[in-house]
Amino acid sequence: MISKRITNKFSTAALLLLFVLASPFPLNAQSNEDCFMCHEDNQLKGKRNGRTISVYVIEKKFNKSVHGDLECVDCHSDIDPEDLPHPDDVEQVDCGICHDDVQELYNQGLHGQAFARGDPLAPLCKTCHGYHYIIPVKNINSAVAPLKIPFLCGKCHREGTKVQLQRHIPKDKILENYSQSIHGEGLLKKGLVVSATCVSCHSSHRILPHTDKRSTIARNNIAATCSKCHAEIEAVHRKIIRGELWEKEANVLPACVDCHQPHKIRKAFYEQGMADNDCLRCHGNKNLTAKTDGRSLFVDYTVIKDSKHQNIACSQCHSEVNASKTRPCVTITKKVDCSACHSEIGEQYATSIHGTLFAKNDPNAPTCKECHGTHGVLGRENPDSPIFTTNIPNLCAKCHRKGEKAARRYTGPEVNIIAHYTQSIHGKGLLKSGLTVTATCTDCHTAHHELPHDNPESSINPKNIAQTCGSCHHGIEEQFQKSIHSPLVSKAGKKLPVCNDCHSAHTIRRADNKGFRLEIMQQCGNCHPRIAKTYFDTYHGKVSQLGYVKTAKCYDCHGAHDILPVDDPRSHLSRENVIKTCQKCHPSATRQFAGYFTHATHHDPDKYPYLYWTFWGMTGLLLFTFILAGMHTILWLPRSIQWRRQLKKIMNENSDEQKDKKDKSV
Amino acid sequence: MANGKKYFLRFNRLNRTLHVLMIISFLTLSLTGLSLKFSYTGWAKFLSRVFGGFESAGYFHRSAAVIMMIVFATHIIYLFRLKRNEFGSWKAMLIGDHSMLFNKKDLKDFIASLKWFLGLGERPEYGRWTYWEKFDYFAVFWGMFVIGSSGLMLWFPEFFTRFIPGWFINVATIIHSDEALLATGFIFTVHFFNTHLRPEKFPMDIVIFSGRVPLEEYKLDRPAEYKKLVESGELEKYLVDEYPPIVIRAMKIFGWAALLTGFSIILWIIYAMLFAYR
Repeated sequence: MISKRITNKFSTAALLLLFVLASPFPLNAQSNEDCFMCHEDNQLKGKRNGRTISVYVIEKKFNKSVHGDLECVDCHSDIDPEDLPHPDDVEQVDCGICHDDVQELYNQGLHGQAFARGDPLAPLCKTCHGYHYIIPVKNINSAVAPLKIPFLCGKCHREGTKVQLQRHIPKDKILENYSQSIHGEGLLKKGLVVSATCVSCHSSHRILPHTDKRSTIARNNIAATCSKCHAEIEAVHRKIIRGELWEKEANVLPACVDCHQPHKIRKAFYEQGMADNDCLRCHGNKNLTAKTDGRSLFVDYTVIKDSKHQNIACSQCHSEVNASKTRPCVTITKKVDCSACHSEIGEQYATSIHGTLFAKNDPNAPTCKECHGTHGVLGRENPDSPIFTTNIPNLCAKCHRKGEKAARRYTGPEVNIIAHYTQSIHGKGLLKSGLTVTATCTDCHTAHHELPHDNPESSINPKNIAQTCGSCHHGIEEQFQKSIHSPLVSKAGKKLPVCNDCHSAHTIRRADNKGFRLEIMQQCGNCHPRIAKTYFDTYHGKVSQLGYVKTAKCYDCHGAHDILPVDDPRSHLSRENVIKTCQKCHPSATRQFAGYFTHATHHDPDKYPYLYWTFWGMTGLLLFTFILAGMHTILWLPRSIQWRRQLKKIMNENSDEQKDKKDKSV
Repeated sequence: MANGKKYFLRFNRLNRTLHVLMIISFLTLSLTGLSLKFSYTGWAKFLSRVFGGFESAGYFHRSAAVIMMIVFATHIIYLFRLKRNEFGSWKAMLIGDHSMLFNKKDLKDFIASLKWFLGLGERPEYGRWTYWEKFDYFAVFWGMFVIGSSGLMLWFPEFFTRFIPGWFINVATIIHSDEALLATGFIFTVHFFNTHLRPEKFPMDIVIFSGRVPLEEYKLDRPAEYKKLVESGELEKYLVDEYPPIVIRAMKIFGWAALLTGFSIILWIIYAMLFAYR
């Protein structure tokens, strides 16, 4: 029990006593004193594996060790204290008698496996910890004190050792690299004992290759291992990698070692100590041009200092510089990659239509700088920024205005979008009324994840459009999601309308606009042709067709976003609500008034017999009258012509007579 | 007597005025009403704009309806006064030769006319009012009743649905619209032919505006009435002078305008019914 307690207290220590000598004083075998009677002799020699070795044990030193309270025979358990001096062939001490948990870890690790294979290079407990004089690990003199660990491990793992040469160790220059790394520098040059040593990353006893899932340096565990010390590192890296994903989805996200190479760990890939001034030595020159195409390479530093990146060094974006070169930028091979910091946006961009075109090397594809600019990049809350709300339509128009490169390659129905947008309610709100909360291009299409509408990921895909519009028109979205047009309600599998089917996209207008009120009948009729046709057979429809705005349109009765089947009690046209709905325009409407058929047709004898028979009765009357009168007229015509001639003749004769009379009277 | 001709007065001033008002209101009603009935044609939209948009066209329609009802009411009042002043009793007025009611002579004239059309007899000796004139006259009564009452229902649906079911408004719509079609169709074809287009009157008879026909013509056209007046010695009472040429000209212009409007409407109806019907 006591020994167990001690073991626990110094859990990193393990003891293996290898050499035991037979006591020359057989009568005194009850205590360590009996042992030391012989073993305090510094000339005392013993034999092991045929070699002569010293079996001298310094009693004072042993008593100060973590095992000082133990009896020698507690470890050298094969020695019979009653029978001294003991024989020469003493067994190896098994530290696992007490340190069974550590022993288990050791057995699982590479070192233990090698030992089990009988590998003569396999380290044992004593290889690291020593034996009789083990002292607490916190003591700087301990063999396994942090400061000593690199040297301890280096005994086998430095260049030129048998282990390094004969065993498969995937890394080289481990110690050299470590000693130059930030961890090595901290430990060895600055004496920081909290700096990471070999065991901080690889663990002490169960050292496993990174390919083993249980390993502390396995990809999935790296983050946890590093964050044992770098506890707040996730917060620092949040802009690059969302903290929680780091550990959950280590397979898709970079692990620490992807950026900070093991053993060579430096702050980051970009070179430290590259001051902006170093760059400006050349790039501050207004006449600096590129050799290849003669473009100006002048950088106006004041622009950067007024920009959003005022605290970012040149080399943080223009990575790959090498400060040791005369021209540090000579080593640059790639263009600036904004996603190094703006990784989330970079991912969005990469999957957007802009990004996929860029990946295909399409010369039309815009990159970050086409919209955001370069050195003078400004935040979107700055009115001078090209991505300030009121500037966005013009920004997108650079490519999407009629005749420009993006508009030319587009083949869909939305033409002349910039002009239409400008005339739309959103465009007027933004550009005429100066409302910065008005929807611009990016509010519907997103800023970095623009996709064609037929892509299910697209913000303007029919599936997502209600949500997109709802980000501003939330109240409407709520109503709409409860209506029969919502896929949450209507499960008939028919194509359902979404916002833009009625409101259009870029030409969107106020719903009380004349054009909207007249066109909506057509829009509803696209899906409801029969009911629209009968609407046009009745007063409301006929009047509307003449361009009269005030008459009831579809949604005046059925509701707009909250439209429901008429048999739904919540519908505007349910028995409870219909009178109130009529009263919106006909204030004194009654239940009987609501009995008017707003979609009646006189062509359906089953549904509307009264109308059908009235219509045919009237038509019969019409035909009867016209046939009768028509026949009368046609029969009359030839006689009438005859009669006309006759009349003329008589009239002429009469006037001749009159003339004669006159002549005579004269 | 400007040209030495004698003129016979067929219509008094009141009746002529009423007919002019009738023409104006009827044409207005036709144009505005049919533009609604045939709202799916381009013509309808054009007309609607001519009347200042649908809403304004509606006001025109209802104002014309009011005028027509006043015309009708005035005529009824006139009938009462006529009875009192000239006949003394309804019986005398309704049974007499000048009655607008159909009587034995009309039946005889109708049969004789058909015979004449078929070349089986002479032209009948028509009286003061021919049977087709009487038919036109009562057509107005029928139309006033049917179109007027259904029109009022459509004008005040909220009031009328206190007494009648809502679907009756749909019925009233059909009646109003089809009866209007009958009225316009009849007036602009049959009535126009009977009074203006038949060869002996062609192209136009302005008697309804001037009230006057040359006596010679009247004598031949309505021989029965003429003989009766000569016999009773009352002919002199009806002899008047012709209007000055400028007035006649004005009447002709108005007449032409009305005629052409009517014909246009007929063409439009035919177009709408045949080529654009839905």
